[in-house]
Amino acid sequence: MARLGTVGAPLGAGVLSSGKVLPATTVTLRHSALVRVTHWITTLCFLALLVSGAEIVISHPRFYWGETGNVLTTPLFKLPIPSSRALVPTGYGYVLPDQNGWSRYLHFQAAWVAVLTGLLYVIFGLFTGHLRKNLLPHKADLSWRRFSIAVAKRLLFERPSEAEAWSYNVLQRLTYLLVIFVLFPLVIWTGLAMSPAFVSAVPATVTLLGGQQSARTIHFFVSLSLLLFLLVHVVMVCLAGFRSRMRAMVTGRTGTHMERI
Amino acid sequence: MSDLSRRKLIITGLAATAGAAGLGVAARIAQKYGLVPPDHRGIYGLGETLTYASQRLLTRHSLAREFPRSQISNPPLANEIPPLNEAFKRLQAGGFADWRLSVSGMVDRPAAFSLAELKSYPSRSQITQLACEEGWSYIAEWIGVPLSHILNVVGIHPQARYIVYFSIDPNWWESIDMADAMHPQTFLAYGMNGNELPVGNGGPLRLRLPRQLGYKSVKYITHLTVTDSLKGFGKGLGSASPEGGYAWYAGI
Repeated sequence: MARLGTVGAPLGAGVLSSGKVLPATTVTLRHSALVRVTHWITTLCFLALLVSGAEIVISHPRFYWGETGNVLTTPLFKLPIPSSRALVPTGYGYVLPDQNGWSRYLHFQAAWVAVLTGLLYVIFGLFTGHLRKNLLPHKADLSWRRFSIAVAKRLLFERPSEAEAWSYNVLQRLTYLLVIFVLFPLVIWTGLAMSPAFVSAVPATVTLLGGQQSARTIHFFVSLSLLLFLLVHVVMVCLAGFRSRMRAMVTGRTGTHMERI
Repeated sequence: MSDLSRRKLIITGLAATAGAAGLGVAARIAQKYGLVPPDHRGIYGLGETLTYASQRLLTRHSLAREFPRSQISNPPLANEIPPLNEAFKRLQAGGFADWRLSVSGMVDRPAAFSLAELKSYPSRSQITQLACEEGWSYIAEWIGVPLSHILNVVGIHPQARYIVYFSIDPNWWESIDMADAMHPQTFLAYGMNGNELPVGNGGPLRLRLPRQLGYKSVKYITHLTVTDSLKGFGKGLGSASPEGGYAWYAGI
């Protein structure tokens, strides 16, 4: 297996406690099984949340700031789309069919699965050192010079080095950490802040955000940020080599140098 | 088969068995303590049960947020309402003098209350938010009699588990569990912002349930019944909402 760099260098041969010698061709996995499984469950959940969330927004495509907001209040902004409710003045002469029933069921079910999967991932990541080893940036990479080079490489669409097939670069690490520890918690928090039952038990969930409508507006923008991440993520996977990256996240194995692209 | 993969297989098998057994036990405990919603079947049953069970454990006695008078939405919003039927119009023409709230089911003293009788009981008010599943919301002062007061007047049987309540519109009915029914902020509301409850907001009588979405706060209530099972009502899913595709529990 041709591999450059020191990162992720696999053991050529290993001796198990049972005394058996594994052949030298033992494949080191690029992504552990837990990372792969949680990645794809999260992907499914995110797509379900995105579609159902969009359907729910269509029933009231107006956003407000503060505690309350309705068709009699001035919105912060409106989405230029038709609505599934006749009550909302949209400027369109028609009303879309109501899809909120299944959308809401699906939204909360997918949210539960996503949250439980995320918890499993974070506990696993802390326990096995996955977060520290694979996601925490190297101190040296955080210098201004190294960081600018990494950004420039991305802006010039430079093909990633062989080492990067085995390890995340500093931009990936920072982005993934942002998604896992800022955007996901924020979208969960603002979602819970819209629950009348949950906030009755924990009022700070909504008061810290400045009100239920503020929570809804922030929820919308965090969701947009996550959508932006998804799009950039997919584009970067394509640029880096769709087949090898997909194979790494599905089977765990990455291609060798010759197999790449 | 090598030792390693056999060990893996045994461990996986044991884990799966333990997991399945654990889920079975969890389901039985949840059923026993009333943590399973009536619309728990179907592909979305898991999410609904998780939401209902966790919120029942977390929010049984918690109070919905109340607001200062200065935060009351002005003007108050009256959402779209279905066309009101002949029965409603007749009662409206008579100034709602003949409006009755009948209470039946597992009670010691079935009764029918006029609005005047309901108003003769100690009146309470709350300034709470009404949030619609669509995303909009408003804050109003709601005046009425706590549902628990009426339930105490009629005397409910100890095996009572749900209150089913009906609008004068025959397609509109809902139900709540006893935790919500006996909750101090669950009102039979007949007033709003210091006045009679306007027809647009559900007058002369609506249920107010501030810890759940607006659609559970049924307008134009004429009847409620106390029961230990929701099986005999409609399709047995708990209320008209799941029959129309919406969740029975709307605490989110």
